[in-house]
Formats: sequence, C-alpha cells, structure tokens
Amino acid sequence: MTRALINVPAKARRGDIIEIKTLISHPMESGYRVGTNGQMIPRDIIHRFVCTYNGDEIFRAELSPAIAANPFISFFTVATESGSIAFEWTGDNGFAASERADITIE
Amino acid sequence: MSPNRRQFLVGSLGIGLAAALPFGTATATPAMLEAAIHAVVGEATLHQGKVTLDVPPLVENGNVVPLTITVDSPMSEADHVKTIHVFNEKNPQPHVISIALGPRAGKAIVSTRIKLADAQRVVGIAEMSDGSFWSGEAHVIVTIAACVEDVN
Repeated sequence: MTRALINVPAKARRGDIIEIKTLISHPMESGYRVGTNGQMIPRDIIHRFVCTYNGDEIFRAELSPAIAANPFISFFTVATESGSIAFEWTGDNGFAASERADITIE
Repeated sequence: MSPNRRQFLVGSLGIGLAAALPFGTATATPAMLEAAIHAVVGEATLHQGKVTLDVPPLVENGNVVPLTITVDSPMSEADHVKTIHVFNEKNPQPHVISIALGPRAGKAIVSTRIKLADAQRVVGIAEMSDGSFWSGEAHVIVTIAACVEDVN
C-alpha cells in the first residue's frame, strides 16, 4: 500500500486561508536513467494530482518526470464549510491512490 | 536546383544531430523551452513579472530541489490565477509541472520539489483570469545532476 501523508488543519474559521500539504511515497522514475543491465529503466511516475473540497475541485496538477521522488505538493485554499477534503493521485502502470481529511469550520 | 540541395542539407543535418545524441543523454534545449512556452501562451503577449520562483540559487543535489511558486494576485472571483506552468531549460523534457487553481485557493502559492539535470534556468508562467500571461524565472546552479544519472 502506498503511503500518503496529508496535513490539513482539523479546525478553521470560515474564510480562513489554510495550507494543505501532501506527500506520497513513489519512486517517480524518470525514464531517462540506465539500469545495471544497461537497459533504460521505463518511466513510472505519478502524472496527475487532484484535490476536491466536498466534491468541488479546488486544485489540480499535471506532473512530469521532473518532479522529485515522493512528490510533495503544498498549496492553499479558503476554508468554506465543514466537510472532507479528498486527494487523488494517478500515475503510470495503473497507479492510483486516494486519501481524505476532515475539516471542521467553527 | 539549389532549394532541393538546401533542403537535403538541412534534412541530413537533422538526422546527423539525432544520431549524435544518444537517447540516455538527451536534454531539452533553450529552443524546446521556447516551444513549450509557446504551446501554452500561443500568440498572447507574455508579460514579465508577478510570478516569483523561489529556488535555492545553489543546490548540491539536483534530485530534490525545493521550489515555491508565488503569483501576485488578489485571488478574487474577478481577478485570479487560472493556471501556472513551470518549465526548465536542460532536463530531458522542458515541462516540470502544470497547476490549475481558482479563486478558492485564497493565495496563489504552491510548493513542490523538483529534479534538475544541470545548472539552468527555471521559468514559471501564470495565466490570469483576464487571459493575460505573466512570467518569472530563476537561475539555479546544480552540482549533482538528476534525471539521467545511471543506477550502479
């Protein structure tokens, strides 16, 4: 199972700008390296990351091999309502991972 | 006729270049960077400013380079950043990351970690809600390259 770390504040006031940090374990093999057998190592990356807040997309990123291994992405969003923030990563070779975090608005 | 001869020479030069570059050491060129930027911006004017790329000026290990992209924008419904694209000059591919955001972001600040194959220029481009494009860039010196090193 892929390990993903999410950092979302558990509580926020309505209208606060909160920071969301995400980290997922993945080799992000670029496809440009030569292995010990002299053959190119095939590309294996996460190419898409999507974050939704109660079902509405708030952030999306298209990644290329130039993103470091174990992709770390942090961004901001406005805390609008209580609910869940969901994260989804998709990659080569059918890679898919998802994670969610709950947030309470006071 | 001379045009044919010219076309032949240009064509064979291309083949020669392609053959001279082994696949494993392929790198993007400034021309590829320009082409990638053109693919995003199209015929629109690319303004300088508003985009700040925060990268350490000297990095020891190109495999993990922290990058923070900040776009100067109020992020309101009327005036916000729609997309941010980051490109590089000398990795095998010019594209680094494309980000889509909107007024719900509150702040147009995104951080990630990237790989850099060589000391080079990193360019960030932001598309605003009014359709204008803004760019900013940073120069990075890398002592240990990423992306193309062999596994031994």
